[in-house]
Amino acid sequence: MTFGSFLLFLLIQFSITRGASDISFKDVWTAFFRFDNENMKHLIIIDLRLPRIIASALVGAAFAVSGAIMQGTTRNPLADSGLMGLNAGAAFALSICFAFFPNIGYIYIVFFSFLGAAFGSFLVKGATFFRHGKSSPMRLVLAGVAVSALLSALSQGIALYFNVAQNIMFWTVGGVAGSNWIQLKIITPWILLALILSILLSKSISLLSLGEDVAKSLGLNIKFITILSTLTVLILAGVSVAVVGSVGFVGLIIPHISRYFVGVDYRKIIPSSAVLGALLMVLADLGSRTLNPPFETPIGAIISLIGTPFFLYLANNERRKL
Amino acid sequence: MEYKNKKNLYNVNILIICFILILIFFILSMNTGYIKLSPLDTLKTLFGGGSTKENLILFKFRLPRIVISILVGMALSLSGCIIQDISKNALADPGLLGINAGAGLMIIVYVLLFGTNTFFSIFTLPFLAIIGAGITAIIIYILSKNKHEGIKPIRLILNGIAIQAGISALTTILVVKLDDTQFDFVASWQAGSIWGSNWYFVLALLPWILIFVPYLLFKSKILDILNLDDDVVKSLGVSINKEKRRLLMVSVILAASAVSISGGISFVGLIAPHLSRRLVGPKHSILLPTCAITGSILVLAADTIARTIVQPSEIPTGIVVAIIGAPYFLYLLIKSKL
Repeated sequence: MTFGSFLLFLLIQFSITRGASDISFKDVWTAFFRFDNENMKHLIIIDLRLPRIIASALVGAAFAVSGAIMQGTTRNPLADSGLMGLNAGAAFALSICFAFFPNIGYIYIVFFSFLGAAFGSFLVKGATFFRHGKSSPMRLVLAGVAVSALLSALSQGIALYFNVAQNIMFWTVGGVAGSNWIQLKIITPWILLALILSILLSKSISLLSLGEDVAKSLGLNIKFITILSTLTVLILAGVSVAVVGSVGFVGLIIPHISRYFVGVDYRKIIPSSAVLGALLMVLADLGSRTLNPPFETPIGAIISLIGTPFFLYLANNERRKL
Repeated sequence: MEYKNKKNLYNVNILIICFILILIFFILSMNTGYIKLSPLDTLKTLFGGGSTKENLILFKFRLPRIVISILVGMALSLSGCIIQDISKNALADPGLLGINAGAGLMIIVYVLLFGTNTFFSIFTLPFLAIIGAGITAIIIYILSKNKHEGIKPIRLILNGIAIQAGISALTTILVVKLDDTQFDFVASWQAGSIWGSNWYFVLALLPWILIFVPYLLFKSKILDILNLDDDVVKSLGVSINKEKRRLLMVSVILAASAVSISGGISFVGLIAPHLSRRLVGPKHSILLPTCAITGSILVLAADTIARTIVQPSEIPTGIVVAIIGAPYFLYLLIKSKL
């Protein structure tokens, strides 16, 4: 984890220097310590690059931790905010925002996508728990796909009807490109709060991941923990989607990689997921700026391309458990 | 024997009812739209007695689109029926085999290279879609195949979902490079708006259907056998894997050629076979025709709704189908024993 943090630190520095306009390391340092209002490069660093890098780090950490919590509490190796309908729900809420309240403030957008995430997750959970009270990974994946299809069809319909398709497209494709300090001010407290909450919850999640019976016998208040962790997940995923649009796979991949490095204890998995998630997202953002300048390659697409082989590996490797 | 006759009679009745339904939708669809025609006018025009304007609307704009909806529904539904048989999974759908995604990627590549306005493209698009979908299906098939157990249904679905995510990522990356007209075309294609609405598109789609639908009917015995347990099938002397591969290919061809003209419509291949199975049971000689008709009804109804609900702009048919289809899928999922 220390190594990961160090890597993140280096990567952030490197990331600042890359993009449509070339900037040297020296400029970065002078921008921080001797900021010059007239210097174009300093302005690019402070007003454009830094906010989007911070935003991508925060969002990456948020997606990854939300995935880790979901995988721990549901004991489902395929759980992820994309597959559980949270992302689609938040995106659906966003399209409603754009269609009906076009001039709404950023803070309300964040709140709406939180509600949307809750709605999406409620639909998926409803479909998986309805009959048997227990959800197999397969049911979850299928329910997630169906709910996502439904919600994105509805949002597409709304978008086309109210003529806001292009706005939404820019929002989601743009990813973190449009991030600025005002937005950061709104989202940072939420994400930090939820991250702290998840670290506080991590011990209980470790117990839950051993199975409900074991957790119960160890004196864990399962209902309380489940509600709290659901809330945390909703905040993390909802806020993230409000920032970058629905980006899948981060929450799926990162917890698995963390588990590979630090073992099965969620007290270690959650912090290291946060760091690795931030790392992945900053890297993807770097890719989205540098692959095809001056155009932005959609960050969600980059992550999906990385995530697909990984998902294939998981799906084919753990087939006996599914 | 008497039971069997009753059963047959029942099935024939169902088919007749479906047929009447499709006629009703046909007429409904003919006289709804931006310019309204009364049912009487429609009939009059159909038999050659209408004004020039009525003729133009009906024969030039509405009729081809209605015919395309019917053909697309038929192809998608039959394709879904085969995939459900082969994967032994009631929740499988051509979309899950990456057919929409693969076809879509090829179509975007084509649009990027050659633009949207060539007459030539009407006839090449089905080919390209079939190639794209075929490659995707082969990849998913190979990934899901196991030397000892053959294709495992669960892995087929999971791999389908994963590969689709990857392909749509590639698609998004390409979409960003499109100019405005190209973007509009591709966006509406992806949402499943039936963009081909003249007789040339009917001509482009018809050969595929005329070749492969009879082929399927011819194979209905084999499809019946495939529903049995794999070991039983082997003992009956049918080379399962060979038959499965062939049928999968037909399924890919049908779905991809349909999708190349109608855009990404999912859920038809899921719902229509289900409804049909519930109506007439698992015997393919009756199931396949029923599938064809229910699929047609579904797409025709969805397209009529799509054209009329928010005039004068229209919502893509694919969205209407998804809004009807996804809840039904969830209902099936809740009832299933996965």
